[in-house]
Amino acid sequence: MSQLLFAVFTMVGGVLACAAYFFGTNWLLDRIFPSKGRTGAEASRNLRITNAIRPWLFMAPALFALAIYLVYPVFESVRLSFHDRSGTRFVGFSNFAWMINDGEFRQSIFNNFLWLLVVPALATFFGLVIAALTDRIWWGNIAKTLIFMPMAISFVGAAVIWKFVYDFRSEGSEQIGILNAVVVALGGTPEAWMTIPFWNNFFLMVILIWIQTGFAMVILSAALRGIPEETIEAAVIDGANGFQIFFKIMVPQIWGTIAVVWTTITILVLKVFDIVLAMTNGQWQTQVLANLMFDWMFRGGGDFGRGAAIAVVIMILVVPIMIWNIRNATREMEGH
Amino acid sequence: MIASSRSPLIILVHLSVLLLVALWTLPTAGLLISSLRDKDQLAVSGWWTALSTSSQNLTGRASAPDAQVERDGKFVISGNLTEGGSAKVSAFGVRPMQPAAFEPGTAADIGDGQTLTVNEDGSYELVSPAKMEGTRGQRIFYTASVPPRFTLDNYREVLSAAGIGSSFINSLTVAIPSTIIPILVAAFCAYALAWMPFPGRAILIAVIVGLLVVPLQMSLIPLLRLYNGVGAFFGVPAKTYVGIWLAHMGFGLPLAIYLLRNYMAGLPREIMESARVDGASDFDIFVKIILPLSFPALASFAIFQFLWTWNDLLVAMVFLGTGNDELVLTGRLVNLLGSRGGNWEILTASAFITIVVPLIVFFSLQRYLVRGLLAGSVKGG
Repeated sequence: MSQLLFAVFTMVGGVLACAAYFFGTNWLLDRIFPSKGRTGAEASRNLRITNAIRPWLFMAPALFALAIYLVYPVFESVRLSFHDRSGTRFVGFSNFAWMINDGEFRQSIFNNFLWLLVVPALATFFGLVIAALTDRIWWGNIAKTLIFMPMAISFVGAAVIWKFVYDFRSEGSEQIGILNAVVVALGGTPEAWMTIPFWNNFFLMVILIWIQTGFAMVILSAALRGIPEETIEAAVIDGANGFQIFFKIMVPQIWGTIAVVWTTITILVLKVFDIVLAMTNGQWQTQVLANLMFDWMFRGGGDFGRGAAIAVVIMILVVPIMIWNIRNATREMEGH
Repeated sequence: MIASSRSPLIILVHLSVLLLVALWTLPTAGLLISSLRDKDQLAVSGWWTALSTSSQNLTGRASAPDAQVERDGKFVISGNLTEGGSAKVSAFGVRPMQPAAFEPGTAADIGDGQTLTVNEDGSYELVSPAKMEGTRGQRIFYTASVPPRFTLDNYREVLSAAGIGSSFINSLTVAIPSTIIPILVAAFCAYALAWMPFPGRAILIAVIVGLLVVPLQMSLIPLLRLYNGVGAFFGVPAKTYVGIWLAHMGFGLPLAIYLLRNYMAGLPREIMESARVDGASDFDIFVKIILPLSFPALASFAIFQFLWTWNDLLVAMVFLGTGNDELVLTGRLVNLLGSRGGNWEILTASAFITIVVPLIVFFSLQRYLVRGLLAGSVKGG
């Protein structure tokens, strides 16, 4: 009960403090430089001053948070990656040298590339196919909702759900994991899926594909609806079949959207660590960069130098996408 | 969309969508059904058999010898193996290697002149010519068909014992302010970026777009050090709710500002100009005109941010700590996976509790969710 009271109290306090900032500073600004009820020159001077200050009052908390939580860490991580485990002694490139020689790191990089190849491609592909199929049937919206649903589930929740799917009982006893049950029913032998090196990566990827397909589907389905009817009708008149229409007429017209979906999922893949943590914690050769980094942050009291070095690698992988993103956005804004 | 869809093809479409929907919903359905099953049944049979009577190989124990009664010069222990007698015994035995050696109702000779009878309803009678000794009862192996049983016991157990209840409140304490505060902050910033002229605006927007993809992992170590430093300087704990709200705000802001700025920039210029002519300040315009008009964009971002903060594991683990009192639901679930990995009745019920709030939000506000996704990804979508 006291916990609940405390929770309510902190929540209200936090939100009110934030609102108070905006009302308070704007009230103060209007008090110090009043423009109402003053005569000509003074009023216009005050108006000019408030107009110059107010945007920064509006933006200050956001800029402050962005600087502290996103900009500063980028530079600080780069700096720390050249320092030892406590972040105090400069050690040059030795963290990176360690990284290259570390088998677990190489394993993580390899796995990360597997993830990057497989997950965005399959999630986008399934999303596209499902979007195209569900547009043609009367219960398409229900189907979409159900396929979209995993988007709401946490990665950890999804991990539990799939751990149950992959559950393994030794041969002969009744399987309660549906995958092994199907395998046994088809005459195979049950497997402990999580412990099969190399292939277990794919069983983990299935989880993220399962979550992300709904996202791809929603966006691609909107893009498909945006395709002008005439192009499709023209193709139908020319005798194109369903597959030809889909791959040769519809897909090329939504390439831009497919690229956006692809990159969004790619960024997500780089950051995903919860699934690996919850399912295997990197055992049986399933380690990925994000989880390896988390591991080094706390392993043996924490090694900030090595952790930061791994973070820098993740960052480097993201930079091309970042540049592409900014370029797209500025082009769009100019087109406005 | 395509008028000339012939019937065999459309049936194929129906079937493939059905298959895909099944693939996407079965894992969650399995979790939900399992969380409602009796824990003994859950451990021995797949959830897809939940509605059928299951045949199980069970082990029971007769009452200890101190429960024996003397009858007609013999010593008798009797009782029932199945509580309530709901199961139907089809075979029994006394050795692990031969669990189904005897038919129900037959008197099995188990050595030393003792006989054991187990009836179909689970009642048993152990008869011995001499007084039985020892502290533990005879082990009995039996095969029984058990009718399906659904119960809320798993939830009761999880909510009271596994700490899920207090984690639920922790998750709320994290997620609600982490949703409201960033929206307020982002909305003011987005308005400034969309409608208030000042030098450097274009560069700021480009920076924010660039920050959209900065990986969270990058921030963890520097922020952890910063928090420790600030905590030590002011003599407050480094891991507080305020700290995690601010962290979630920082990580959610780029997307929020980007979405809201795009939305607000699309609002008609005339409204703002006429309000300004009437003498309204920027603050008035924002609070009285822009905020109400931006409701759809605010709502869709709110849903995202809520789902994201509720489902987050990483930020909470780093900035809120992993102590028993401060664990959020996702962290609790990871702990349970480690410590109670085999207890599916605990795991399924806990997992369902963690996903029930996002699912409610999802199903009730799905329309806004989709709208938000489209606004962020497809121009004019």
